[in-house]
Amino acid sequence: MRRSGALKTWAVLLFFLTLKAAGNSWMAWGMKQVPERMSLDPSLYLHAMLNPFVALGIIALILSLLTRMALLSLADLSFVLPVTAIGYVVAVVIGKVWLHEAVSSQRWLGALLIFGGALLVGSTSRNTTTKADSE
Amino acid sequence: MKWLLVAVMVTATVLADLLQSHEMKQAGEQSVSAGGFARLLQTIARRRLLFLGVACNAVSFFTFMALVQSEPLSFAVPASASSFVLETVLAKFVLHEHIGARRTAGALAVLAGVVLVGG
Repeated sequence: MRRSGALKTWAVLLFFLTLKAAGNSWMAWGMKQVPERMSLDPSLYLHAMLNPFVALGIIALILSLLTRMALLSLADLSFVLPVTAIGYVVAVVIGKVWLHEAVSSQRWLGALLIFGGALLVGSTSRNTTTKADSE
Repeated sequence: MKWLLVAVMVTATVLADLLQSHEMKQAGEQSVSAGGFARLLQTIARRRLLFLGVACNAVSFFTFMALVQSEPLSFAVPASASSFVLETVLAKFVLHEHIGARRTAGALAVLAGVVLVGG
């Protein structure tokens, strides 16, 4: 029971990270195709949403918000915060591999620290406020 | 002005996460299927504190957008990471989560990493 709960938590986490990475990438790609500079004028944002990549990005980011809420129903906030930071590592890797961005050694060190820290937190009990799942 | 934006962003983020964590634990385990998302939307509509948490998310998002318009990302990202420390401390004292040595060490490593990635 406890093992299946842990598997479900990691599956939901993976789904969240995928949605977040896809949403951010589509949004960034779409916004680059929008000619207007954003300001306080809401019509500019509505016009930007007509771009299919921006629209896809917004849908993915809304779903990622709902997925994170589902994750918070399964695990502690102090567990979710560090493990979802793996998204920063994913962003660095996507930037290097697909967008061919220059990544400094400081950024790689940061990504390594996030990954190590997330692994450390991931090895602790995911839910310490519900009796059945706590250590 | 930039510190006011940071203060609003951090406060909104902390409130959003504390409210969502508390409310989602009360609501029980959720799934991420199509039906699960529909039930989750109904839960948000039913629970006022959860709705407030989502509204705080929106405030945090737009404040972050405003911050990155006037300040470099290398300031905005580490500044937003300060909510991480506050939330972990409040998770212990407000949500009564058990935060042992391993979780503390991991959270500190992640915090240092976020500051380095954003810096």
